Amino acid sequence: MARINASVYSSHVPAIGAAIDNDKTGEDYWKPLFAGYEYSKQWIVEQKPDVVLLVYNDHATAFDANFVPTFAIATGEEFQPADEGWGPRPVPVVKGHPQLAAHIAQSVIQDDFDLTVIHNLDVDHGLTVPLSLMFGQPEAWPCLVIPIAVNVVLYPPPSGGRCYALGKALRRAVESFDEDLNVQIWGTGGMSHQLQGPRAGLINQAFDNAFLDCLVTDPETLAKKPHIDYVRLAGSEGIELVMWLIARGAMNDDVEQKHRFYHVPASNTAVGHLILENR
Amino acid sequence: MALDKSYRDIPGTTIFDADMARQGFALNQFSLSLMKAPNRERFKADERAYLDEWPMTEEQKQAVLARDYNRMMALGGNIYFLAKIFSTDGLSFQYAAATMTGMSQDEYRDMMLAGGRSPAESQHKEESSDG
Ligand SMILES: [Fe+2]
Repeated sequence: MARINASVYSSHVPAIGAAIDNDKTGEDYWKPLFAGYEYSKQWIVEQKPDVVLLVYNDHATAFDANFVPTFAIATGEEFQPADEGWGPRPVPVVKGHPQLAAHIAQSVIQDDFDLTVIHNLDVDHGLTVPLSLMFGQPEAWPCLVIPIAVNVVLYPPPSGGRCYALGKALRRAVESFDEDLNVQIWGTGGMSHQLQGPRAGLINQAFDNAFLDCLVTDPETLAKKPHIDYVRLAGSEGIELVMWLIARGAMNDDVEQKHRFYHVPASNTAVGHLILENR
Repeated sequence: MALDKSYRDIPGTTIFDADMARQGFALNQFSLSLMKAPNRERFKADERAYLDEWPMTEEQKQAVLARDYNRMMALGGNIYFLAKIFSTDGLSFQYAAATMTGMSQDEYRDMMLAGGRSPAESQHKEESSDG
């Protein structure tokens, strides 16, 4: 059967993608950030996931203001890197796993999560930057990817508790798929940042580090954190962090922390990164 | 019963909720149209004429012409949509964020390098007016 063995958590700042695409990773500004992902690149080569369920949000790219699905899953064969206004990122096409995605859609809807099902989806930096951070610049991505898009742009996003429970439903769905597959789930976005208004530039290192601690050891409690705490303490865009709870919910309560990294700043944003394996 | 909108007391912050999205719909769809190169060209050639193709309020159009991002957000714009406007202008997210804070781009960049805006200074409107 298919099984979720590990999870990866990472910010998905667009400027990180631009630094990779424009060969700036060796610059003083970026060096410490990329150093924090060296372990991860080695780790993933050893792990060889077959499929990644990649939880991310679209940033007014594929979804306009007319359709705002709270949770969506993409069942297509492949997903093109989106043109976000300055041409698509020069990264490989993302290949999906249509059978597993369709299986998951059916399973979680019957499990009371009313996902929107999408076939074609252009994927923006929210999905491709984490792939670049973990895999570098390969000719083709070395695994299949099922995009799971979460609305965190239109307030309110789904609650932390709902995200955490969706993770559990995703796990049940994966484990009921007959093919033997090594599956990972990634949660992306965050950490503290605010991109708008006179308060832009907010960073809260204490909040972020407490979030990282709690995500590993006590996600149940973390899932109860109300939205207002995120927006007030971690910035209006810091609320992206609820997506990490989906990945955490798909894991065992008891996990082994393989890697943890935190860095400020990447452009306007605090960068956090975790790798957890099931124990 | 009224909805809980306690986020309205966060200083310097506009939360893009469903009511804001309703008011900003045309503004946001206009912004998104700039993802396509031919639309960018038409907009750059005559901003006013391009804006007049959209069912936006005059206030929203004026805010776009003035590149007043705080005003655009007060009128229902969302930053990820509005980003297509400053991208069309060839400006970075950090530049746009700086203009919204009233800081120069250098001051803003230095603040970020020093660890960003302190969370202590800006959680409630009462606090920010104290100090
Ligand atoms: Fe994001």
